[in-house]
Amino acid sequence: MSEIRHFDEMWGRTEEVRGPYRELDGWIKGEDPARLRAKQREAEELFRLTGITFNVYGRDEAEERLIPFDIIPRIMSGAEWRKLCRGIEQRVRAINQFLYDIYHRQEIIRAGRIPAEMIERNAAFLPQMCGVNPPGGIYTHIVGIDLVRTGEDQFYVLEDNARTPSGVSYMLENRETMLHMFPELFAQNKVRPVSNYPTDLRRSLAACAPTMTTGRPTVAVLTPGIFNSAYFEHAFLADQMGVELVEGQDIRIIDGRVAMRTTCGYKPIDVLYRRVDDDYLDPLNFRPDSQLGVPGIMDVYRAGGITIANAPGTGIADDKAIYSYMPDIVEFYTGERPLLENVPTWRCAEADAFAYVREHLHELVVKEVHGSGGYGMLVGPTATKKDIAEFRKKFEARPANYIAQPTLSLSTVPIFNRAGLTPRHVDLRPFVQVSPQGINITPGGLTRVALKKGSLVVNSSQGGGTKDTWVLDD
Amino acid sequence: MRLNIRHVTTYSFEDPVAYGLQQLRKTPKSTWGQTVTEWQTDVAGGAKEVSFEDHHNNVVELISFERQATKVVVTSTGVVEIDDTAGVMGKHKGPSPLWLYLRSTPLTHVGPGVRALVRTAREADSDLDKLHKLMAAIRDVVAYEVGSSYPDWTAEQAIEEGRGVCQDHTHIFAAAARELGFPARYVSGYLMLDDRLAQDAMHAWAEAHVDGLGWVGFDVSNSISPDTRYVRVATGLDYHEAAPVTGTRIGGADETLRVDIEVAQQ
Amino acid sequence: MLGRTANGLFWMYRYLERAENTSRLIETGQRIALTRSGVSDDEWRPVLQSAGGAPAYDAMHDAVTRDLAIDWLLRSPDNPSSVLSAVAAARQNGREVRTALTEEVWEATNGAYMTIKKLLARKVQDRDLPEVLASIRQHTALVRGATHGTMMRNDIYDFSRLGTFLERGDNTARILDVKYYVLLPSAMSVGSSIDNVQWDSILSSVSARGGFRMAFGNAGGARDIAQFLILDRRMPRSLAFCVGKILDNLGYLISDYGFRGEAIDHAEALAEHCMSTDIDAIFDRGLHEYLQDVLLRLGMLGRQIEIDYRFSG
Repeated sequence: MSEIRHFDEMWGRTEEVRGPYRELDGWIKGEDPARLRAKQREAEELFRLTGITFNVYGRDEAEERLIPFDIIPRIMSGAEWRKLCRGIEQRVRAINQFLYDIYHRQEIIRAGRIPAEMIERNAAFLPQMCGVNPPGGIYTHIVGIDLVRTGEDQFYVLEDNARTPSGVSYMLENRETMLHMFPELFAQNKVRPVSNYPTDLRRSLAACAPTMTTGRPTVAVLTPGIFNSAYFEHAFLADQMGVELVEGQDIRIIDGRVAMRTTCGYKPIDVLYRRVDDDYLDPLNFRPDSQLGVPGIMDVYRAGGITIANAPGTGIADDKAIYSYMPDIVEFYTGERPLLENVPTWRCAEADAFAYVREHLHELVVKEVHGSGGYGMLVGPTATKKDIAEFRKKFEARPANYIAQPTLSLSTVPIFNRAGLTPRHVDLRPFVQVSPQGINITPGGLTRVALKKGSLVVNSSQGGGTKDTWVLDD
Repeated sequence: MRLNIRHVTTYSFEDPVAYGLQQLRKTPKSTWGQTVTEWQTDVAGGAKEVSFEDHHNNVVELISFERQATKVVVTSTGVVEIDDTAGVMGKHKGPSPLWLYLRSTPLTHVGPGVRALVRTAREADSDLDKLHKLMAAIRDVVAYEVGSSYPDWTAEQAIEEGRGVCQDHTHIFAAAARELGFPARYVSGYLMLDDRLAQDAMHAWAEAHVDGLGWVGFDVSNSISPDTRYVRVATGLDYHEAAPVTGTRIGGADETLRVDIEVAQQ
Repeated sequence: MLGRTANGLFWMYRYLERAENTSRLIETGQRIALTRSGVSDDEWRPVLQSAGGAPAYDAMHDAVTRDLAIDWLLRSPDNPSSVLSAVAAARQNGREVRTALTEEVWEATNGAYMTIKKLLARKVQDRDLPEVLASIRQHTALVRGATHGTMMRNDIYDFSRLGTFLERGDNTARILDVKYYVLLPSAMSVGSSIDNVQWDSILSSVSARGGFRMAFGNAGGARDIAQFLILDRRMPRSLAFCVGKILDNLGYLISDYGFRGEAIDHAEALAEHCMSTDIDAIFDRGLHEYLQDVLLRLGMLGRQIEIDYRFSG
């Protein structure tokens, strides 16, 4: 091991193996590296065969690619996890209350806790949601909270994914793969299962069914189709929940309901877990050129005939500019101090912040307010002079389009590569289900890992990989 | 004044429609100075799917076409009583926040034409004066000519052409009022013309929000504020949001549309 | 089940069956070329015709050569029935209906696609051909095996089977029709060596050499071959067998769904007019006319299934 500058979740800062990793450490020491290498290759074959691929954008031809999987799990103790959960729950509750408020009386703006422009100028604000009461009062049925760690007790929320958080299929398949390849590890460690996720999700969605539902609610997953980069996940979730995977072309409005064309005629859907963005959801009400959506679904929704998960317009809560107000939002709605910290954020729309950021581009992480997937982002410390100069042009032309954050010293977890165990930076996306019955957080989540040495960008589209994430039952 | 209204829209298709939906915004509501005593909408050749109130507080009905329909007839009839409020419609009630009505849309995009109009109205004593000046200025620049414009004309296009219909006048007014800092909206409704029973089309006018008064109506085409002959049916940021009918369909080529509107004093 | 899912299943299995049929046709063509000296490239024309893509081939190529024909049948993206196109289409449909398949079936299908795509990435060398063909057959058999072994016997299975047997019946009828004249009872050619080769090729195109020998020993003639491939219900690629299976599966759907569409009427008419007869009556009617009638009825039946079960909007 070379010098450890960052907090490593296995070795801490001292090279003494931390508690949750002790069993694993012993196991690795007893393993033949050649066998592990073979296992690493085997894992890849398994993923390819299962079809866990994603389509890459920005190439001439859509290409199916694998997200690299690393066999060393990321492990958290039960105590660490419980603490995180309290913070996540608080935050998710606040997000739902915020969304209700924004689409009703906007008390938080009246109270002066966030400036009106934050909402007024926000493309994710959906006027059509004003005055709408989603069934069960839930806006974000499925949330992914991106967390990073910088020390033993230091966790920060990096991003809230309140629209359509993806990646849950990797959480489940990563675990399946580990169980298949290393059953002995699960005998030595008491790892809390993640496999209930689909059953829980179906139950959670069904609990949000509209009042006109009769009998057992019919749930379906709406996908843009097989050419969507996350199609595998859509099919996987529908399959695991035992519900239909529908496309816009399968659906019509019949007898005041959203109904799918089955071999025996049209059948009404009660809850639609949609993986189609707001803009494309309903060509009658939003983008008329959308081929993916369901014309009239918003009408049925507003008339109370279907539950759409997540609700349209939830994007306003995961906007990066709104993000910077999250501590205020949590306080405003829960009356409590936020249990999870935000990364300090400069809103470049503000003159002081802009002045500071333009002078410190080389040491900051600068993100587009509406960007995602790690595109259009500058990581100052690892960027070249040329990168910074190019970025500066875009940045100075539209400062309001950006936020900036200090470069956090993200924790590392070792990966297994040719050199053996080598630390790499990670983040964590726990998955949260929300229903009138409560908030349910699956123990674990998706750990994304930057496979390139020193890199802080964990996005799969930018060369990131994933790990199985363990929460110990201790 | 008590008005009897009958509005029949007939669609005929050369080829049958495989599947079609229409959003109707054809139901007036009882609001400030307006009481709807009777109202009914019937659909022949189609079915009502759902009905709800949208974010502008409009009653919206979604109808579907019958399979293989070649003719769909939507008939609205009713009675509305109107009080004279001198064009004042009262306090903003939502559900959309007032600031939403400051948003510009593609049809109400502000360009040099609108900006020039705004300049003529800026120098006025009160908010109301500004808006009245604006109304007069628009009427000077854009002549009212029946059938002179296209439905997809923007405010700027109508100013360039120097002519238009009530829809164009309303778009220009809304664009300019917003530029002056007033929340403004498009109103689609009925106007009883004194000299005839059958009307050519629905009418359109604008409303701007003035502090202290609330929403105030401005009918640019007729250079007045709405009186007891005006029935408000739907509002929105522009024509698209307040239109009596918005639709989508599969099949049904060669559509012909016929609109018959009668407004009479009872 | 979604109508679109039924459509995807139906076509996934049609394409799998097609991939298998095409590879068997190549094997037959190759066999003739290898076992008989002096066979010209002309022998490949009927093979192309049987595979159903001769006009498209002619549009792309000036002449029929062995090399071009094999490549066309194995790999050409312009030939929707080439092994590669068909396997890719099967897998594409499989992705569409992923939620209706068991993991085993999906993985077998995806695995077949990945292997075959790799095998056929470049032009296949002569010496590799037998191995490539064997591997194709193995992989499609694996999907079939997984289907039998892991899929519930419900509507999902019924639509898969309908696709399989419509494609298979269609294929057998086309193979017979391309060479119907060699099966006609004619004093001239009986027992001549040409016929033997032609007969052999017909039987091997439908993997029926062994079965035929078992049923008729070495004494069978043209009439027996026609009887065997058209009416023998023991032969899993015969028209009667396919029609019987289609009737069975439509019957399962009817009792499962509790409604009777019109497809069953088409299937029953097909069974009555074409399968409840004997081979002499078929020869009297005209073998070619008979096969054309069967093909037409199979086509109509397929379209009616799509309507009955709402394959599309």
